[in-house]
Amino acid sequence: MFKRLEENPTETVMVEIEGTSVRVPAGESVAAVALAHGLIHTRTTTISGKPRAPYCMMGVCFDCLVEIDGKPNRQACMIKVAEGMRIRRQHGAGE
Amino acid sequence: MKSHYPLVIIGAGPAGLAAATTASEHGIETALLDEQPAPGGQIYRNIESMPTQRAELLGSEYQRGEKLVQLMRSSNTHYFSDASVWSLNGQLELGVLHQGRAHLIHADQVIIAGGAQERPVPFPGWTLPGVMNAGAGQILLKQSGLVPSDGVVLAGSGPLLLLLAWQYLNAGVDVKAVLDVQPMSNWLRAAPYLPKALLAHHYITKGLRYKRDLKAAGVLTRHGVKDLRAIGGGHVQAVDYIHRNKLYSIKTPLLLTHFGVIPQTHLSRAASCAHEWNTAQQCWRPVNDVWGATDIKGISVAGDNAGIGGARTAEHNGRLAAFNAIHQMGHISQGERDKKAKKDLRWMKDELLIRPFLDAMFRPPSIMLTHPTDEEILCRCEEVTAGDIRKVLEEGHQTPNAVKFHTRCGMGPCQGRQCADSVAQLIAYETGTNPRDIEPYRVRPPVKPITIGQLAGMEQNSEE
Ligand code: FES
Repeated sequence: MFKRLEENPTETVMVEIEGTSVRVPAGESVAAVALAHGLIHTRTTTISGKPRAPYCMMGVCFDCLVEIDGKPNRQACMIKVAEGMRIRRQHGAGE
Repeated sequence: MKSHYPLVIIGAGPAGLAAATTASEHGIETALLDEQPAPGGQIYRNIESMPTQRAELLGSEYQRGEKLVQLMRSSNTHYFSDASVWSLNGQLELGVLHQGRAHLIHADQVIIAGGAQERPVPFPGWTLPGVMNAGAGQILLKQSGLVPSDGVVLAGSGPLLLLLAWQYLNAGVDVKAVLDVQPMSNWLRAAPYLPKALLAHHYITKGLRYKRDLKAAGVLTRHGVKDLRAIGGGHVQAVDYIHRNKLYSIKTPLLLTHFGVIPQTHLSRAASCAHEWNTAQQCWRPVNDVWGATDIKGISVAGDNAGIGGARTAEHNGRLAAFNAIHQMGHISQGERDKKAKKDLRWMKDELLIRPFLDAMFRPPSIMLTHPTDEEILCRCEEVTAGDIRKVLEEGHQTPNAVKFHTRCGMGPCQGRQCADSVAQLIAYETGTNPRDIEPYRVRPPVKPITIGQLAGMEQNSEE
């Protein structure tokens, strides 16, 4: 869905997205790296289990909720990637 | 972070930056709190570390932010990044989450400059992965240098749509179509304002330039598009629309929509500031005067947070709010304030000439705002449809707060940010009232996510 305009970023970190290790530019949001990695949906809804993905990228829709390092309901567009971070889709309420 | 600052400014976009610089230059100890990792707001996002090539794509308007940020950096402003304000009350106490730690701080004057959010407009399929706000597309471009890889359709109304299409074009993205939903009747509605609007031609000439370039590049542009639909199962696969009574379909993995922006009002509402429905802009905004002062003593609003006026106006707004705050704190007289603010007040006068034209021109079609079909989801969080809401309206529950109670609409994690306006407009339409007379959802802190652990940690902080 998305591609990077520039390759070779100066600073990078290693994260795990759905179990796959990926090297990503430092300073990016979790939502951005998930989209760049091709994760088409990042959560399923609590009520009907439908797939959702980041929608606003600025903290107002809460459709980007994911599981980070085992903790659910993290707002992926507002959280920066960090070395070793484990990012997973959130299923429903995530508990 | 200290427990008291004479002036606290929330948001480091153009309004907050200008306000902080002005106040600091006048010797006021000012805290500038912003939830992003770097100053600039959404409009000048990532301005300090933007690679040159990407900056060129974004155009000259974007580069304007550089100076604003520099001025703030070289002033004495206490700037805090990664600081989200999760509560504010009428006593000017703020709950702040700064780098994972909760703080309670107190101010003598507060300027809320939290900016705008995209106007949420429901349409069939708007919850599918692959459907995003155009603003989200811009954030991905500015912050991460990400652009659509397999083409994109842009749909909606408003200047940002054209700007983004133009930026994508420059970046070599396959812009499959620009679908403009503005009804032709907008031209009629806007025409009476045009002569005055021409005085502020800088807004209009930019738009014409984008249009010309898009046309020259052969991008399909449709005006007066109706019945916009995102089609797909697990993600969007096509966009359907009606143009001149004919149904069209475009295959695309990505649809970015934009229907204008509205003020972010959660903080001003949590502080119990009075709000009014603005008919021209079709949204609520805090009641405020030319200085941005609200009805709560010591709290003012600036920039798009005060009512949509765009980035340039936001700078002037920010300065006006700062001059007034400095005056309120007794550092300058009313006469001095008025003298210092002369240029900014003049700008606001011009702004009042152009804004009615833009408001009328880019207004999304009322059919999308007021009568969504029964199947359309209004509340994205709790998946409440227009049909669900109509049902409780028939049962006699006819206010947003009653609808919320009976359907959970607006009770999810976004706290009604995505449905408040559409619910009010649906209720107004169905009950034959004006949104002006509808009491919006009540808003309670925390207005930003904070964990119990972080809250508990705060108590320890203040005991120390
Ligand atoms: S994408 Fe909307 S809150 Fe994160």
